Amino acid sequence: MLVDQLLKELITKMGDDELIIGHRNSEWTGLGPVMEEDIAFSSMAQDKIGHAWALYRILHEELGGENPDQFAFMRSEKDFKCCHLTEMPIGSYDFSLMRHFLFDHAEAVRYNSLLQSSFTPLQLLARKVRGELKYHTLHADAWIIQLCKAGEESYLKMQEALNNCFQLACGIFEPGPNDAMLAAENIYPGEEVLYEQWIEHISPVLTKAALDLPERKQPVFGGRSGKHTKHLQPLLNEMGEVFRLNPEAIW
Amino acid sequence: MYGGGYIFDEPNRVQQREEQLHDDPEKLAAFEMRIANGEKIEPGDWMPAEYRRQLIRLIEQHAHSEIIGALPEGTWITRAPGFKRKLALIAKVQDEIGHGQLLYNAAETLGKSREAMINDLLSGKSKYSNVFNYPAETWADVTVIGFLIDAAAIVNQVANAKGSYGPYCRALDRICYEESFHLKQGHDAFIELATGTPDQKAMLQDALNRWWQPIMHFFGPPDKASSHSEKLMQWKVKMASNDDMRNQFLDAYVPKIQELGLTLPDPLLKKNEETGRWEYSDPDWDLFFEVIKGNGPCNKERLDVRKWAEEHGRWIRKALMKPGTFERQALPVA
Repeated sequence: MLVDQLLKELITKMGDDELIIGHRNSEWTGLGPVMEEDIAFSSMAQDKIGHAWALYRILHEELGGENPDQFAFMRSEKDFKCCHLTEMPIGSYDFSLMRHFLFDHAEAVRYNSLLQSSFTPLQLLARKVRGELKYHTLHADAWIIQLCKAGEESYLKMQEALNNCFQLACGIFEPGPNDAMLAAENIYPGEEVLYEQWIEHISPVLTKAALDLPERKQPVFGGRSGKHTKHLQPLLNEMGEVFRLNPEAIW
Repeated sequence: MYGGGYIFDEPNRVQQREEQLHDDPEKLAAFEMRIANGEKIEPGDWMPAEYRRQLIRLIEQHAHSEIIGALPEGTWITRAPGFKRKLALIAKVQDEIGHGQLLYNAAETLGKSREAMINDLLSGKSKYSNVFNYPAETWADVTVIGFLIDAAAIVNQVANAKGSYGPYCRALDRICYEESFHLKQGHDAFIELATGTPDQKAMLQDALNRWWQPIMHFFGPPDKASSHSEKLMQWKVKMASNDDMRNQFLDAYVPKIQELGLTLPDPLLKKNEETGRWEYSDPDWDLFFEVIKGNGPCNKERLDVRKWAEEHGRWIRKALMKPGTFERQALPVA
């Protein structure tokens, strides 16, 4: 029973990160700087929202959680456990690209670690998702390196975006009170281990792009305990606008 | 999605005549023979200047219609009710942008760059389908667009896919294949509302009432008032008349709407069983031309969104033009 509770916490925060960043990425549909990027962000948005749906289905089917649609479209803000990075508005493309780079590498190390999870549904999902994430990180790496090598203007924009995103991205790895227990159950290794792996993954790309990695000084925590930026509530209002007209109806 | 309603703007007849005079009569005859034999014209082949000009216009406006057409539905991605609808809508709108990309590529084979086409879109010189200048006010509008506007577009595109220009036909074959999935999704969402709660049904009926006139406008002015030339039909640039396509659409879809217990806001709409043609009240064609001129409810909004995308993306497109040209100087050691 206790393990179930720990699993619910872990899967909820993972699913919420995916849903909210997927929602943000989908906002690029129709607005991308070149059509190919428009399509890429839409495509990644579908994958992220698909991952959220899969995670909520595990909650529903394995752990007695609510129906995924009700869970996603009806929950109140304080019950969302996404990190602040995912909530931020899309801003300009440099911000969205850097967020995508930092988030997708974090996701890649997380799902990699879940390949060994003792909780089979997560292990199976990780196997499926890993193939998609390979392309997401390739996409991010290629764009970051290309933009950093294509002129001072785009280089400086990427460095600034990294500076703006980094403390927020460290918030992905906000330690949970039960990380040690989850690790002891071999469910996943805990946030600090993932953080270290993440730095190992992003560093070679940043080196190639000649970007300076900021220090982890003030990681932005709070999302995992339900404290959010001012941007989440309006997003949730928008997301639930039609569904809430009649939550019992089939749309 | 695309309606061919007004793609053939008033041609500059003097210029057209001059261009035709300059076409080598022997080459022109051989070209027309190839088309009459059902051959496809390919980018390197000889073609009359007027054929090239009309095709660029046609394909370019089709491409613009795809990327502008993504906007009214795109605004509902973030509000789509439930995972299933949300994922289907993102995928669909993404496809529309992909169609734009395919079509710009096809138009580029005729010698106009994508940048030049987008610039003409933003300056208002080049048009896009009128139907996207109307607002999508509720979720039901999204289902009407997804079902009926896509259905209308398919009628138009299936006809154009039999045209004479190879790259355009091949792009259209793929587009039609994808559009048939959109139509299924749209129809499914439409049926869900039509057979749902009384509020859902009322929402759908309201959307249908508002969209009926733009849908009737979709295929363009009646044949008797349309200025398209015989030449374009002969060259297989235009493949079917506006009235024929409208009739084909009404024949296929009015029964599907009515069998769901919905009504259409035109008391004169009925099929004449003797002629096999649909009869209907004339939609307001003055309004149609006003919207083309830029005075529709959403013309400005649509172009403003594209302008935002173009302005905010400029530094990225600039950077793409000069890959590998920049190396940061090593920072002094602190």
